[in-house]
Amino acid sequence: MSDQQVDQGKRTWLIATGCAGAVGGVATAVPFVSTFTPSERAKAAGAAVEADISGLKPGEKMTVEWRGKPVWIVRRTPEQLEALKKNDGQLADPQSDRKAFPIPDYAKNEYRSIKPEYLVVVGICSHLGCSPSDKFVAGPQPSLPDDWTGGFLCPCHGSTFDLAGRVFKNKPAPDNLEVPPYMYLSDTKLLIGEDKKA
Amino acid sequence: MKKLIATLLIAVSGLGLAGGAQAAAGGIEWDKFPKDKMTDVAALQNGAKLFVNYCLNCHSAAFMRYNRLRDIGLTEAQIKSNLLFAGEKVGETMKVSLDPKQAKDWFGATPPDLTVIARSRADGAKGSGADYLYTYLRTYYRDETKATGWNNLAFPSVAMPHVLWELQGQRAAKFAEEADPHEHGKTVHVFKGFEQLTPGKLTPAQYDDAVADLVAYLQWMGEPAQAQRFRLGVLVLLFLGMLTVFAWRLNASYWKDVK
Amino acid sequence: MAEFKEAPAGAPLGTKLMTWVDNRFPATKMYKEHMSEYYAPKNFNWWYIFGSLAMLVLVIQIVTGIFLVMHYKPDAGLAFASVEYIMRDVPWGWLIRYMHSTGASAFFVVVYLHMFRGLLYGSYRKPRELVWIFGCGIFLCLMAEAFMGYLLPWGQMSYWGAQVIVNLFAAVPFVGPDLALLIRGDFVVGDATLNRFFSFHVIAVPLVLLGLVVAHIIALHEVGSNNPDGVEIKAKKDAMGRPLDGIPFHPYYTVHDIYGVCLFLMVFSAIIFFSPELGGYFLEYNNFIPADPLKTPPHIAPVWYFTPFYSMLRATTDVMVNVLSVIIGLGAVLAVLKGSFGGKAKIATLVLAAVAIALLKTFDAKFWGVVVMGGAVVILFFLPWLDHSPVKSIRYRPDWHKYVYAVFVVFFLVLGYLGIQPPTDAGTLVSQVGTLFYFGFFLLMPWWSKLGTPKPVPDRVTFHAH
Repeated sequence: MSDQQVDQGKRTWLIATGCAGAVGGVATAVPFVSTFTPSERAKAAGAAVEADISGLKPGEKMTVEWRGKPVWIVRRTPEQLEALKKNDGQLADPQSDRKAFPIPDYAKNEYRSIKPEYLVVVGICSHLGCSPSDKFVAGPQPSLPDDWTGGFLCPCHGSTFDLAGRVFKNKPAPDNLEVPPYMYLSDTKLLIGEDKKA
Repeated sequence: MKKLIATLLIAVSGLGLAGGAQAAAGGIEWDKFPKDKMTDVAALQNGAKLFVNYCLNCHSAAFMRYNRLRDIGLTEAQIKSNLLFAGEKVGETMKVSLDPKQAKDWFGATPPDLTVIARSRADGAKGSGADYLYTYLRTYYRDETKATGWNNLAFPSVAMPHVLWELQGQRAAKFAEEADPHEHGKTVHVFKGFEQLTPGKLTPAQYDDAVADLVAYLQWMGEPAQAQRFRLGVLVLLFLGMLTVFAWRLNASYWKDVK
Repeated sequence: MAEFKEAPAGAPLGTKLMTWVDNRFPATKMYKEHMSEYYAPKNFNWWYIFGSLAMLVLVIQIVTGIFLVMHYKPDAGLAFASVEYIMRDVPWGWLIRYMHSTGASAFFVVVYLHMFRGLLYGSYRKPRELVWIFGCGIFLCLMAEAFMGYLLPWGQMSYWGAQVIVNLFAAVPFVGPDLALLIRGDFVVGDATLNRFFSFHVIAVPLVLLGLVVAHIIALHEVGSNNPDGVEIKAKKDAMGRPLDGIPFHPYYTVHDIYGVCLFLMVFSAIIFFSPELGGYFLEYNNFIPADPLKTPPHIAPVWYFTPFYSMLRATTDVMVNVLSVIIGLGAVLAVLKGSFGGKAKIATLVLAAVAIALLKTFDAKFWGVVVMGGAVVILFFLPWLDHSPVKSIRYRPDWHKYVYAVFVVFFLVLGYLGIQPPTDAGTLVSQVGTLFYFGFFLLMPWWSKLGTPKPVPDRVTFHAH
């Protein structure tokens, strides 16, 4: 029994046991780490929410909760829709090209929605998470420019968004308001949280 | 040391026998639930249907989510169209429609939650929880002396009526007085057989099969992860077997040097 | 700074790093003292794996416990549901739960076998008394930890088991009921009890356990391990001061323990994956029913690992108290007639016996049952001073001693079995005999351990090359 043989034997089994042990260790760690992921209860609570828009009048906004966040549905008047085009030059991302909150294909248009009349956006400012206030009335107002056409003003740090949820230039918020996955179940019912692709 | 072990084994086994014999007494014997139903997806689905239609009116299964039924081969669409009646969402749990307080008033006892009923009713000597449930749901008989009009051999004076009576039909139980084998001079009420009073929608064999489906579902619902647990267990043990062999050789390679 | 060591010039980065650390923290020193230059006897047999396994199970319990606490709700109205939430809704929650419940039982299997090894080979004898005492402390803490953990699922067994055990404290004369009230925080076991047991189970007792385990190992390493021959390996050293019959713990016992751990993990996994309930012994059937303060299940029994002691509690009936009185009386008389100690001590013995008998007759058998049960655990602490055999290990004791140990084990197992069954007359009688044997084994050990002719103990350990 030479030293070479003995060393070889120990080395072989050290490597074999070490590798198998490492694999076993990782395999054991996987279930533990997985317990951190959302549970069935959390997923069920985060399920899609139905919104009935039959009572929504032009110029009005309703809010539904989805995944703990406010989702706004705004029924825009024809004047408000017209006024959207005028803002393009003052907006940071007028075509919604930025990748941080990718806009779904069905909302990649000038209205940022499936149907022009109804805007559906998550009501959370893309700066640090406050919920912006409604500023639908056009014209000069405190904290707003003189040519204000209507939109939202975030009270925390002053970011402004137009009535398509698009953020104005030179404001703390970098991105437009997020458009969640959504679809029409009928003319009067929206499903927030799921879209046709899913 | 060998004598020690031998003495121990003989003594302990003797006790085990004595203990086992003692524990068999008390209540009727339980029939054996046909375990192969557990791997029969059609049976489990039928059981789910029976459960939702017959049991959920009074009992809850508060820890069971409807969408877990995907594990027994149902799609969300199937669950929604066949099993959701009161506007629940597919991710919700199987809550009961009946108010527990009203149930207590009507039946005298609150119908227990059934999510883990199959795990709670096992008895070491008599059988598994599934054996009990399989026996229980098939040993109802008419008894005018009870408020519900029903009694049960596996659970005497149970407050629950025979919910599946339309399927099984109505039966009476025949009893005879016999001498008590354990106590001299006393007699015991011995069950002698059932008598069919009115027919049910199913033949006895069909009824037994339907109950087996329902009990299979209850057993599955008690631990939906069970099938996965067995599968994973085989893999884990195979892996550990290999690891043990490596560890054994590793150990031997070092201890060769010790004189 | 003058005492700092320098790494040799051109040394690799690893060496330089270790030198930096070693100048500030005794890392290499501790590694040498406890692993690579800690000499353990080379003749360990499989009885010696259970200490390492106990440490492994402690780690398993802590890690699985940490993950369970992320989802468990310590509220009487939410606890049961939160356990089912873990079993169903938390990804892999069922596995973590089964690991923890199996681990609890595994802990006791391993610890009982570990303690029995100590009994067999005299590992508690001088100079290892403190190792044994810390170990008994660990055993006591483990029982408290298991008892409190068992309340947490808030099932029928949890609730009623806790109710019964807390009422044991109520049996203490004078202070009992107030003591029970203090423990419970309410008139019956309830939410207040659950919350404090949660705090103890998750933080307080584990910290104490960890401290005791560290003390246990430090005490062991200070004197070195015993071995199956009971021969002190430090008696024969080589020119460099290394025990002739010793081998470095690392690598020899590290690889040996890895092998043992793998075997253990196979059994552990087989249970977790194929039979986590283990016939209702590891996960009791009644505990799948939510706690109902108004309805006791027809058959309550403590979890299997408490049953030997529970049997002794139940065996302490009025009749048994009388028997104990007689035994104490006779024992005192015998001691006075045959004892070789002084006159004053003899009078003291008689007085004490009289007082004991008076107390036995004054207080309820219920209270003495608690005392007997507690005494059965406490008596273990005294073992190093009860064993007067000239020989440490059972290998060299007179052959008939082996039968005494065998009967002890059989009675321990029988007491355990009877503790699970509902009480019967025959069972109670057997439990009473078993309890008397158990206490006799320990209390009479100063006498019986000296009887018989021991075999000659070798100088060197008996070792067969692998």
